[in-house]
Amino acid sequence: MALTESASVDDKPKVALLNDPKIRGAIIQTILVIFLAWLVWSMVHNAAFNLAKAGIASGFGFLDRSAGFDVNFSPFLEFGQTSTNWDAYLVGLQNTLILAFIGVIFATIIGFIVGVARLSQNWVISKIAYWYVEILRNIPLLLQIFIWYKGVGAFLPDKRNPMDLGFLGQLNAAGLFAPKPVFADGAGVVGWALLAGIVITIFIGRWASARQMKTGERFPVFWTGLGLIVLLPVLSYFIMGMPISAEYPVTGNFGPRGGMQVIPEFIAMLLALSLYTAAFIAEIVRAGILAVNKGQSEASAALGLRRGPALRLVVVPQAMRVIIPPLTSQYLNLTKNSSLAVAIAYPDLTAMFAGTALNTVGQAVEILLMTMLTYLAISLLTSTFMNWYNKRMALVER
Amino acid sequence: MSEIDSQTAMDRADTGALEIAYVREQMEHPRPAPASEVGVMGWMRKNLFDGWFNTALTLIAIWLLYLILPGIIQFNFIDAVWTSIVDGENIERRACATIAQGGIQPDGWHGACWPYIGAYFKQFVFGRYPDELLWRPIAVFVLFFAGLIPMAIPSVPFKRENIIYMTLVFPVAAFILLTGGNLDYNGFLLPDSMIGEGFTKFWIDYIILTAIVCGIAWVLARSTDSNPKGPVLTALAIMAGLAVILLLTMVDFGLRYVETSQWGGFLMTLVIAVTGIAASLPLGIVLALGRRSQMPIVRLLSVIFIEFWRGVPLITVLFMSSVLLPLFLPDGVSFDKLLRALIGVALFSAAYMAEVVRGGLQAIPKGQYEGAMALGLSYWQMTQKIILPQALKIVIPGIVNTFIGLFKDTTLVSIIGLLDFLGMINSSHSDSSWATPVQAITSYIFCAAVFWVFCYAMARYSNYMERRLDTGHR
Repeated sequence: MALTESASVDDKPKVALLNDPKIRGAIIQTILVIFLAWLVWSMVHNAAFNLAKAGIASGFGFLDRSAGFDVNFSPFLEFGQTSTNWDAYLVGLQNTLILAFIGVIFATIIGFIVGVARLSQNWVISKIAYWYVEILRNIPLLLQIFIWYKGVGAFLPDKRNPMDLGFLGQLNAAGLFAPKPVFADGAGVVGWALLAGIVITIFIGRWASARQMKTGERFPVFWTGLGLIVLLPVLSYFIMGMPISAEYPVTGNFGPRGGMQVIPEFIAMLLALSLYTAAFIAEIVRAGILAVNKGQSEASAALGLRRGPALRLVVVPQAMRVIIPPLTSQYLNLTKNSSLAVAIAYPDLTAMFAGTALNTVGQAVEILLMTMLTYLAISLLTSTFMNWYNKRMALVER
Repeated sequence: MSEIDSQTAMDRADTGALEIAYVREQMEHPRPAPASEVGVMGWMRKNLFDGWFNTALTLIAIWLLYLILPGIIQFNFIDAVWTSIVDGENIERRACATIAQGGIQPDGWHGACWPYIGAYFKQFVFGRYPDELLWRPIAVFVLFFAGLIPMAIPSVPFKRENIIYMTLVFPVAAFILLTGGNLDYNGFLLPDSMIGEGFTKFWIDYIILTAIVCGIAWVLARSTDSNPKGPVLTALAIMAGLAVILLLTMVDFGLRYVETSQWGGFLMTLVIAVTGIAASLPLGIVLALGRRSQMPIVRLLSVIFIEFWRGVPLITVLFMSSVLLPLFLPDGVSFDKLLRALIGVALFSAAYMAEVVRGGLQAIPKGQYEGAMALGLSYWQMTQKIILPQALKIVIPGIVNTFIGLFKDTTLVSIIGLLDFLGMINSSHSDSSWATPVQAITSYIFCAAVFWVFCYAMARYSNYMERRLDTGHR
C-alpha cells in the first residue's frame, strides 16, 4: 500500500487538459475570436443586404462628388457650391480643430485662475471660485450651449444697433464683428522678427542654464527673452513703416461692414466649452497644488529660496506632474465635446460631415466610420503627445 | 500657604541669589482680544483685507458680484412673471411679452416667465405619457426613490434585500408599469413549421435552451474534474429566475400598452441614465477584468473596445446607434428608437466604467491576489470573493461620478430626436401660445436648476462616501 503510494508521487499528476491554464486560455480565446468573427461577419452581411435593399451605394466614391451645400464659417479653407464632400470633411475638421484649439487655451487660462483662486486665503475669492466650479460642472454642457446660444443670444441687439465692445469690435445678433488685421508689404518681416526673437530666446535659455550648471552664475533669461520677443517685432514694425493695421467694422444700414465676422454659433460653443471645461480644470489644478507636500515649500524656504523661485522651481514642477495626466483627458473631452456643435449647427466635423453630408449622400456607414476614426485619431495623437510630455516631466525614480 | 511662601523666600534669601518681592499665585486672566481681531471685523480683516493685494482682490470680487448677482435675482424673481391669469382670464404669452411684442409688460422688460413652466410642467416631467395613466410613471418614481434612498444611507439595515430589490424587483416592476407589460414572445430555436408560433412554442424553446445551458455547465464541470452538481444547479436557478421575469412581462395586468415614443421629459432622462448605468456596470467590470487578464487576445480586445469608445464623442455613438444599428440587424428585426439610444449609451459608458473599475483593481495590493491564490482559490473565486468586493468598494465615488457624467450626457439624446427633458423643453419652444423672447432662457434656467440640484446632490454624496470609505489602511 505504502509502496504504491510512493510510486505514484513520481508519476506526473493526472490533470484534465482543461485545468491547464495555458490550454484553457487558448480555448477561451479561440471561442472568443470565433464568436467575434461571427458577429462581425453577420453584421457585415446584414449591412450589405440592407444597403442593397435600400439601394444605397457603398465605397468612398462620394468623396469626389460635389457636396451641394454651403457653409457660413470657414476661416482658412475655401468652400463653395462646387466643393466636394471631401472638402466638406476638411472644412469640418478645420472648424473642429479651431474650436478645440481656442477652447483649450481659454479653458486652461480660466481653469488655472479659478483653481488657484479656490485655494486663496481670501474668503470671497475662494467662495466665488467654489460656486463657479460647482455650478458650471453640474449643468449639462449641451444645456449650457443652448443657454448661451438661444437664451442669452435672444437678447443680442439687431444688426443696426450693435453693442460696441471697443477694441474687440461690435457684437450683434449676427455675431461678433472683430477688427480684421490687414497686412501690407513688409508685414512678413515683422513675423520673421517675432520668430527670430523666439528662437534667440530659446538659445539664450539653453546657454544660460548650461552656464549656471557650470559656474553657478545666473542670467536673467526671462527679461532678456521678453525684451527680445517684444522689441524685435516692434522695431521691425516701425522700420518697415507700420505694415500691419486693423480694419474696424463700420455700422451700416444693413449691419456692420468690414472687419471679421465670427458667427454666433462659434461664440456660443467657445463660451460654453471653455467655461464648462475650465470648471473641471480648476478642480484638477487645485488637487495638483494640494498634492505637493507642505514640507517641500518649507524645505525650499529653509534652503533660502525666495517665494517666487520656490514656487517656480519646487512647487509648480511637482504640481504639474499631478496635473498633466488628468489635464490631458480634459483637453480630449473638450475636443470630443466640440461635436455637440451639431445641436446649434456650428459647421464642425460632426455637423458638416456626419450631419449635412450624411443627409445628402446617405452613405451612413462610410461617413460615420470616417468621423469616428477622425476623432479617435485626434484622441490617440493628443494622448500620445501628452504621454511623451508627461514622461519627460515625470519624476525619475529608482 | 503663607508659611511655605515665606519658607521659600527664606531659602532664596539664604542662597542670596535673588530678592523676590512679589510672586504671582494665580494665572492672569486672559485679556479679551483686540476688537480688530475678533468677531466680524477681525474675521474680515484676516480673510478679506489682509494687505493691499487681498483688499484689491476683495474689492474686485465684490464689484464682479455686484455686476452679476442683482441682474440674475431681478430676472428670476423681482421682474419675473408668476401668473398668467389676469382678470380671471389666462392670457398666456401676453403676460410675458412687452407691449411692442403684443403683451402687457412695459417696453424694455426682461424677466422669467414662470407660468409657461407651470403650463408645461407635466410634459417636462412625463413627456407625452397619456394623462389618465400618469399614476404609472409616478409609481415608478416612488418605487425608485423608495429603493434608492435607503440604499444610499449607510446606516440603514437590510442592504442585501435592498440591492436585490433595486437590481431585480424594481427594473421588472418599472418595465411593466411603464410599458404595460403583456408582451408576446415568439419561439427562437425550432423552426416555426414544427409547432407553430406563439406562447407554447416559446416555452418549449425555452426549456430546450435551459437543457442546453445546463448541459454546457455539466460538461464544463466534468472536464475540470469538479462536482457538476453545483454549476448545473446554478445554471438552472438562473434560467428559472429569467423564466419568472419573462413570465411576469407576459402576464396581462390589464395595463394599457404605452409605446416609448410617448415617454419623455425627466422620466426618459431617468430611464436612460439608470438603465445606462445598470447595464454598463457589469459590462465595465468584465472589460476591466479583461484588460488585466493574462490572456493576450482577451486583453487586446478589451483595450481596443475601451479605447475606441473613450476616443469618440458620445454624439457620434448615438448617431451610429440610431443610423447604423438598424443596418447591422437581420432583415425584419427592428429596435425601438429608445432601445437603440440605450444600447449606444450603455456601450459608451461601459468603457468609462471599465476604466473606473480598473483603477479599483489596481489599487488592491498584490498580497490580496497572492493570498487568494495561495489559498487555492480559482480565478473566479478569487475575483468574486476577494478582489471585486474590495475594488468595488473603493470605486463607489468613481461610479457615482460616472453616473453624474452619464446623467448629464443623457441630454444628448435630444439631438437624435428623443424627447428627453431637454428635448421636451426644446420642442415646447415651438408652441406659439407661449412664444416670447424670454421663453427660451426661462425654460433653460428651469432645466439647469433641476439638473444642478440632482448632480450637486450626487456629487456631495460621492464626496461623503469618499471620506467615509477612506479608512486609511489600504
